[in-house]
Amino acid sequence: MAAGPMKMRATENGGVTEIRVLMTHPMETGQRKGPDGKLVPMHFIQSLVVTVNGKTVVDGQISQAVSRNPVFTFRVKGGAKGDKIEVAWIDNQGESNKTEAVVA
Amino acid sequence: MNAVRRLLLQGAGALAAGLLAPLAALAATWNKEAFGAKSAADALKGIRFVNASPSSDVVIEAPSIAENGAVVPIEITSNVPGTRSIAVIAEKNPFPLVAKFDFLEGAMPYVKVNIKMGETADVRVVAEAGGKHYFASKNIKVTIGGCGG
Repeated sequence: MAAGPMKMRATENGGVTEIRVLMTHPMETGQRKGPDGKLVPMHFIQSLVVTVNGKTVVDGQISQAVSRNPVFTFRVKGGAKGDKIEVAWIDNQGESNKTEAVVA
Repeated sequence: MNAVRRLLLQGAGALAAGLLAPLAALAATWNKEAFGAKSAADALKGIRFVNASPSSDVVIEAPSIAENGAVVPIEITSNVPGTRSIAVIAEKNPFPLVAKFDFLEGAMPYVKVNIKMGETADVRVVAEAGGKHYFASKNIKVTIGGCGG
């Protein structure tokens, strides 16, 4: 299954860069029954990384209890317009995706 | 072959390899024991966040009543100086540990995230700063549980 679109926006204001990232992912808990009455297997993002100009600023470990199509907001101090932000994730089935944005 | 290796081998670029390599390492250390724990106490033991003291410097902004337990917006700030990590627990979820974030290199100890809650419960946030732990809790009423079918 191909990873769905990922969107991100990063804006700097008064020395703080706010990063808002949307990930497309079913975040299946393994407790939901599909249309065939069988349990849909667990399928969820486990790890994510946020980097600024190549340096890791946030390491996240998450569970299937994060909502479907996760949206995260992070904040970084000392960033500047033009900095490159990247966010990548990997899930429990080994699928991954990443996106990048320039701080506006 | 898993997707990460496939991407790396496809030579998706120095950029991709640069980002996915630390990610793959991080993925390898996903704390299975803590995330699989069935009690908040065991989950916190699993990430070694123990003996936390209550602190008003750990701030949770969240609705008091969540109409939809599948999407409960939580905004967390830790004003404890030197906060390096934050863990989010939903006390009555089947697996209470929801997330753990490590903040490095200028990242502020702040996060907004949407979580699933199975039923009315306390959401507890534990922050790690200077090797010590601090926590705050907020009770959130859930009208329709959001963990499963």
